Amino acid sequence: MTTNSPSEKRLEELREEAWKDGVVPGKGVDVAGGPIPRKPGYYGQPVVKPPVWTWEIPLYFFVGGLGGMSAVIALPAAIFHHLDLARAAMWVAAIGVVLSPILLILDLGRPHLFINMLRVFKPQSAMSMGAWILTGFGACVVPGLITLELHALHTFTGAMDQFLRIAAGLFIFGSAIFGTLLATYTGVLIGATAIPAWFLHRTLLPIHFGIAGLGSAASLLELLGHQIAPLNAIGFFAAAVELALLVWLTIDKHGTADRAIHEHNSGWLIRIGEILNGPLALILRFFGVVPFAAISFLIGALVSRFGWLAVGRVSGSDPKSVFAAERY
Amino acid sequence: MIGEGLQSTNQRKHSYVRDHVEVGFFTDPTVCIGCKACEVACKEWNQVPDDGFIWSGNSYDNTGHLGASTWRHVMFLEQDRAKGNQIAGPMSLDQDPFRWVFLSDVCKHCEEAGCLEACPTGSIVRTEVGSVLVQNDVCNGCGYCVVSCPFGVIDRRPEPLPDAGGAFKCTFCYDRQKSGLVPACAKVCPTESIVFGRLDDLRARGAERVQHLQQAGYNDAQLYDPQETSVRGIHAFFLILGEPEAYGLPPKPRVPTIYLKSAWTSAFATAIASIIATLLAFAFFS
Repeated sequence: MTTNSPSEKRLEELREEAWKDGVVPGKGVDVAGGPIPRKPGYYGQPVVKPPVWTWEIPLYFFVGGLGGMSAVIALPAAIFHHLDLARAAMWVAAIGVVLSPILLILDLGRPHLFINMLRVFKPQSAMSMGAWILTGFGACVVPGLITLELHALHTFTGAMDQFLRIAAGLFIFGSAIFGTLLATYTGVLIGATAIPAWFLHRTLLPIHFGIAGLGSAASLLELLGHQIAPLNAIGFFAAAVELALLVWLTIDKHGTADRAIHEHNSGWLIRIGEILNGPLALILRFFGVVPFAAISFLIGALVSRFGWLAVGRVSGSDPKSVFAAERY
Repeated sequence: MIGEGLQSTNQRKHSYVRDHVEVGFFTDPTVCIGCKACEVACKEWNQVPDDGFIWSGNSYDNTGHLGASTWRHVMFLEQDRAKGNQIAGPMSLDQDPFRWVFLSDVCKHCEEAGCLEACPTGSIVRTEVGSVLVQNDVCNGCGYCVVSCPFGVIDRRPEPLPDAGGAFKCTFCYDRQKSGLVPACAKVCPTESIVFGRLDDLRARGAERVQHLQQAGYNDAQLYDPQETSVRGIHAFFLILGEPEAYGLPPKPRVPTIYLKSAWTSAFATAIASIIATLLAFAFFS
């Protein structure tokens, strides 16, 4: 006998479902071991392994991008005689050089063996290239900062000062080259993996990581008191690119294959980050409130890096995504 | 005496390492009895630590998946399909097929191995017999191989297990092979569901076995050996019944290095664009 009360209806539904599907999932009830497993793949087990990386890696993406692109700003600052800005930018780069390896070593399973990163030079491994880029960056930034400071403080005079000026110029040039690669290679690092949500966006990721680093560097230098037109222009450029990337990511859907980005909560970290360093930073800059635009951009750049790791974990644990991604 | 006895490639001594012969595993679920001797032998010989016990509720499989401390994993599949010429029993009212498939999963030892390509320390190497080996004393636990394996095999061993922090997977019993011994799992397999031997011999044997099974009514028997994808074939290949997805095996696995070209192109373009944009910003606005 049936009644129309909602609770009875619910029981009717359950019976229907049991009859139709042979198994009924529910909160607190694991249907594994039901007569015939209905989970995708092998009992829903991940097909590829999700990343084991923790908070150090996305923070490194942020710090490395910021430090690397700071050196990129130091180059034209030095060329166009913004000596104080060049010094500040090289200091930011130097702090990046100190923090980046610390974060990377902290994340290693065996930190005492970190030096093995420089045991081989392996172009086909983005991780190996990254280790060498970071080494090259450090080898340019540290002497670059020292020579620049000695030149700026007029420690020496005459030929020695001329030598320091030229040396600083060369080291800053090297820092800029390694710095721009340091900010962008991280996109290759996670783009060339077996994680569907990452490799499907391997073209977008280096652009996002690089430009987020550039905008972050300009924003931080502005917050350090260098509110000048060129940095504002860089800020506009970076925010505009990030806005374009947000649109691109929204349009460029791959269905089940990258559903971690579009359907799972972790995707919101990316979107919130992109809104903060894209449209919001752009609007704030447009209205001339540069410090707020800078803070918005920095937070956005940080949040979206954590978002990409979170999405990678979800995507790598999702067997359906891995199977679906084979079509692309 | 079991099977071919001491004449079997699973039991007799060999010199494959010295002779640089490509070797492989051929794993056949149609003769697997799900005893898990391979799992136990692997753990015992390689001294792989006990990584805990979780009651999974997934058939008789409480191992779950391959990982840092699980180098052989017997899968238990329950499917509503017929096994060969199986006829549903008298207890069922109508024809209600059901089959139980056991398959011992292992590192595939890819021809083009994602973990090996990704390893930044050179810890992961290719051996004389074509297998992929992690040198434990070199690995610094960066975790990049973990996301680079298209099969989700290799993993970083968590604390507080012994040797924690390093990446681990099947070694193909390289230490045993160097001494002319057969890998532990193959040696103990009572039905020779796991066969160790020369790769070319095994591939021929696998093809023959599939043909035989199909004649016997196992219509969905096939080899899982992705030679046409960028992985370019695997040294540990399988016979499977039905679709690879059901075994958690990707039908068309790809080695992630094929994504490098487009990713680096994007990175270099962004790198150059950033320098030019910064120079322009200073040139026009200062």
